[in-house]
This record gives sequence, structure tokens and C-alpha cells, in this order.
Amino acid sequence: MVRAARAAHVGALVLQVAAKKQRAAFTLDAQFELPTPGVVALFGRSGCGKTTLVNVIAGLLNADTGRVALDETVLLDTGRGIDVPPERRRIGYVFQDSRLFPHLRVAANLRYGQKRARAAAFVDLDLVADLLDLGPLMNRRTHELSGGERQRVAIGRALLSQPALLLLDEPLASLDASRREEVLPYLETLRDKLAIPMVYVSHNFDEVLRVATHLVLMEAGKTIAQGDLGEMSLHPRIRAIIGADAVGAIVDGKVLGMNASSGLTRVQVGDGELNVHYDGVAPGTKLRVQLLSRDIIVATQPPQHLSVRNNLKGVVTSVMDDVDDSNLIAIDIGGTMIMARVTRAATRELGLVAGLPVWALVKTASLRPHPI
Amino acid sequence: MMWLSASESEALTLSLSVASRSVLFSLPFAIMLAWVLTRRQFVGRTVLDAFVHLPLVLPPVVVGYVLLLLFGARGPIGGWLERAFGIELIFTRNGAALATAVMSFPLMVRAMRISLENVDRGLEDAARTLGAGAIDRFASITLPLMLPGVLAGAITAFSAALGEFGAVITFVSNIPGETRTLPLALYTALQTPGGDAAAARLAIISCILGLGGLLLSEWFARRVRRMLGR
Repeated sequence: MVRAARAAHVGALVLQVAAKKQRAAFTLDAQFELPTPGVVALFGRSGCGKTTLVNVIAGLLNADTGRVALDETVLLDTGRGIDVPPERRRIGYVFQDSRLFPHLRVAANLRYGQKRARAAAFVDLDLVADLLDLGPLMNRRTHELSGGERQRVAIGRALLSQPALLLLDEPLASLDASRREEVLPYLETLRDKLAIPMVYVSHNFDEVLRVATHLVLMEAGKTIAQGDLGEMSLHPRIRAIIGADAVGAIVDGKVLGMNASSGLTRVQVGDGELNVHYDGVAPGTKLRVQLLSRDIIVATQPPQHLSVRNNLKGVVTSVMDDVDDSNLIAIDIGGTMIMARVTRAATRELGLVAGLPVWALVKTASLRPHPI
Repeated sequence: MMWLSASESEALTLSLSVASRSVLFSLPFAIMLAWVLTRRQFVGRTVLDAFVHLPLVLPPVVVGYVLLLLFGARGPIGGWLERAFGIELIFTRNGAALATAVMSFPLMVRAMRISLENVDRGLEDAARTLGAGAIDRFASITLPLMLPGVLAGAITAFSAALGEFGAVITFVSNIPGETRTLPLALYTALQTPGGDAAAARLAIISCILGLGGLLLSEWFARRVRRMLGR
């Protein structure tokens, strides 16, 4: 069943969104496209209009002017007077506060959308219960669930309405860190097992890093930049939001195999190679690694006698100013960009300029690989 | 009911019958009005709201009089009802039910509005994204969630209907076995020489019914709250 759904989505399908809305103290002016299937993160500070935009996509909020189209299906086009009501848009919505129906048990909550589905089923209750581990919760009342369980049920309920698009509005924001960690793997599973396009709203970059394939950056109601996650990871406006210490290139690499002597997994990144702790992956699997700029050491000669396991050869493409008297050095390692933060003094002493060949060093201990 | 006379137990069963009819008849209208007054913004909403509450502040005799004018045999609505459906209201228990329904209507609407205001509209939005249209949403989400108010309203209105005097006696008079409900029977007993004991018995029954209604309403509300985990 899952395979059939995947096949049905193959091709140059796309979610297109454009919306304008004027309010007293706030203007929404957003536009983005997502190749499907994929997960686009709407990322930005709290209050920048992410939820407003998602509500326009769902049809729960009217836009002054706007267009929402999924593949060939136009859901909203104010110019042509098209405005499909939310109940017929086939858009699943996972709310921040889960919004489970308190008078229904978990199983009845799950079946609510399933009974009213307006398309042939591509997931059934068994599959959803299996993907989200809902089996033991079926007979519970909703107020007996933990925060993480509530969100898993909300996700399952939305999926069973057989949506063509899934909106997730800060689904983990009301959970503490450990609960968040409990739900995140399920989101990764959905992305990998179901070929359903998702819009994922978040102001937490760690979640985005784990779940998204694309990123739309929002600021004060406007979409100011968008692209795939790797290229967006080094965008200066993201740096301004998440802080200099959290900035780093997100690179998707391919597993080459296990290093027999060290027991580490070798991942190809650009034309270099990283060694990471990640057991049990077959060669060819894709892994996502974030190389935090503050963790990268730059050398102008091939380094020797160091404990560092990762040594990527590349070329400096630019040198930018950063906070605290430091520079951000953009380095091209065979087509993949990474960024290192070094002090201005180091930049001067090493003579770092665009075009200079360098070696970027990073400790294995500071790399956190994620499946994609 | 061994200790009640035939006419007293007749008044009791008649009261229960009138109050049940009254509640069943007004329930759908009250739900509709509660919804309209809570969820819709329209010109004249305040006026409609005031109109619904009017029986609370008017002397019941005035309500009975207005009903006589409208629903009497020669009244515009009463005449039509009789010609079209053969329904007679004046001097009948259905007429008594109408009078008590009008009098207890504001109590019913009030209780429902309070619980409807507490229904999270976000849940209705969620139902919407799950494919539920307007009527479906109301039936599957809104109505079950406002059920505590519906039940509380129905029970309060039932209790009030048992006790309605002025509007009933004005509109449908005091006919034994047809419109002589508990309060009317009590009043009649008081007017009759030697009717003191009967009046006392009827008063005690009224107290028991009223108290029972209030306790029942509270029990229902608690049960539903527990079911919803509040």
C-alpha cells in the first residue's frame, strides 16, 4: 500500500502557495513552492506569521489574495474565485495543541477522519497504528495520554483522513525535550515510509534539521528565502535567528561502509569523507550530518599528528565578518559548501582569502548524524 | 401514591406530562437559538437575545395573555393551526405545555449558551480539516461537547415547567384532568374549605420534584465532566 502511494506521487509534482493578508498590525506576504513528496519547513521566529500562512493553506483563514495548488488541483485562487472549503481540501492538519476530541476515545478519534475521507485509502488503521505505535493507546481516553502520545494520535488521525498534504504546526512545541525526542523518530518514519508532502512549521532548528528536506524562511509575515535544506543552512538570516553557535552546514552524505579498525561509519561528503558514530547502516544509505561552524578547524597545510579523524580538503570561496571578532570562512569541498568560524586574528595570520586551498578538520565527537 | 387522592395524583401525572411535552417541544429550538446567539453575528442579535429573555422579566400573566391573543381559537397562529392540522391549544394540555415552554425557554437557552461558549472552536476547525461539513461538525463535535448544558437546561426547564402557574392559568385555564397541573391544583385546594391537607401534600410533592431535578442535573453535569476528563 505504501509502495503504491509512493508510485502515485512520482513525477514533477509541486505544492505552490502564495498568499497576502493585511491586518491591523501585521501583513502576510508569502510565497513558496515545494517539490513533492518532500518536507518543507516553515522556519522563523515566533509570531512571524507561520501559523497564519498554514491556516491559509488549510482554508481555515481567508487571504486577501492568494493561490494554493497541489499538483494539478487548485485549492485557492482568489483571482478566479476558487476557494475550496477546508473539509474538501484533503489537507491533514496537526495542531500544536493536538486538538483531540475529548468525548471520543483514541480509536474513535483516529477513525473520525477515516470515515470522512474523500479519497481512496492509502493508509489504513493497522498501518498507522503500526507506524506510530498507537496499538496500546486505542482504548484510552484522550485526557489519559501524555503530551507525546497526544501528538502521535493527532498525527495518526490526520493521516487516516487520507490527505494529499499534511500540515504540522509546531507539533512538538508544547513538549519538553525528552518528549520531543520521543516523537521525532516517528516524524522521520512518516517522511521515509509515506510519500506524502508535508509542511512543517517550527522555530526550532534542531527539529528542522531532523525532519525537513526544504526550508522556507519567514520574517515579519514575509517569506524571505527558500531552498533545499543544505543550501539554506548557511543563509545569513538563519544565522541571525539561531545564533552564531548553532550555525553549521547541513550536508547529506552517502554511507561508504564501516572503517574496520576504528568501528566508525564512513560517509562521503563532497569529494571528502567523514567518520561518524552511526551503527547498522548499509553502504549507500544517506545520512545527514551537521558541521557546526564553531567546531571546524582550518589548516593551510596537510595536518599531521592530530587526533582529529575528519580531514576535508577544499578551497576557500569567501570570508565574511561574524560576531565576536571572528570570520566565517566558506569552504567548497568538491561541490559541498561548509563554513568554519575562526577569529579574525587567525584569518590574518593564515592569510585566508578566496581561492586558497585549505583543510577543514572536525572531531568525530562533534558530529551528530541523522537518517534521511 | 397511596396517600394521594385521585385528583391529586391526576394533577401530578398531568404535570409530568405537560413538563415533558414542554421540554421536548422547546429543546430543538433552544439548541438552535443558543447556537445562533453564541456563534453568529448579525444585525438584531441583541434584540433577539432580549426577546428570548423577556419571559424572565414579564409577569407570567402577560405571557399567558399574549399567548391567548396569538394562539387562541381566533388568534392568527391558533386559528391556522386548527384549520391546517386540527391542533387545538386553548384549554388543552398541549396549550399548557406551550405556556410552560415559553416561560422556561430563557432558562434553557441560558444553560446551553454557557456550555456552548466553553466548546473549543479549535476542535471544530480540527473536525473541518478531517472532512466534516457544517451539520456533521455540529452533530459529531459541538452537540456532544455542549451536552452538559443541554442536559442542565432541559432539567432546569422541566423543573420550572412543573411549577409554572400564571401563564398556564391565563392561557388554558384550570380544567381538572386537562390543564390543572400541580401548582394549579394546589391553588384550587387552598381555595377549597378543608383543602389544607391536600395543599400540604401537593406542596411537599412539588418540593421533592424540584429538589430531585436539581440533584439530577448536578449528577449529570458531574458525570459528563468526568467523561471529558475535566
